[in-house]
Amino acid sequence: MPIPIDLRRLDQLLAEGAQLVEVLPEAEYREGHLPGAVSLPLKELSAERARALSRERPVVVYCWDSL
Amino acid sequence: MAGKVEWLVRQRPIEGERADEPKVGDYARRDVVFAPLEEPVGTVRERVAASPYPFALVLSPGDVLLGRLRASQLDCDPTLAAAEVMEPGPSTVRPHRTAAGVARQLAERGLRWAIVTTPEGRLVGVAARDELEAAATAYSVARRGGPDEP
Repeated sequence: MPIPIDLRRLDQLLAEGAQLVEVLPEAEYREGHLPGAVSLPLKELSAERARALSRERPVVVYCWDSL
Repeated sequence: MAGKVEWLVRQRPIEGERADEPKVGDYARRDVVFAPLEEPVGTVRERVAASPYPFALVLSPGDVLLGRLRASQLDCDPTLAAAEVMEPGPSTVRPHRTAAGVARQLAERGLRWAIVTTPEGRLVGVAARDELEAAATAYSVARRGGPDEP
């Protein structure tokens, strides 16, 4: 179940090894993204692509306006 | 709730092809005259006359931008408070906007400066259009590999 978080919580999660996923279009990801984030555009989200993520660590998904 | 914009606005590091593109926040200066709401415009006028800018910014104690006092507006009863004379809620830009984009916007509107604030309205500073244009040009030239390369 996704939980909205703020920057402070993001910092905590990153310190704990969370995975960052940007769901914006690939071109926007290429221009600039949070350090260490992987690109998984929302329109391409699938079970297969999600398998690349570790199930052992929290996943933080972000777009322009939310984390 | 935060997102990529919040990260950029806080000027945190990013990765990517345009990560090093100049941002307006990089060129925001705080050498403009500030005034609290209650300051008499007479004293503000004196400080603006001695500053490099033809205006002052009215800020709250917490640095939130409340208004702008243009030099032309300061030619009034000097005992009036800044709050009575100021132009409330001037247009602002966020620090993560590119220097090129903001410069273009200023040029289209015939403006020389951009007031940069956080999403909460706290003042970051004032950026000059000519500095933004120079930074954007330098970046564009560097990306092309130098002035002699296509």
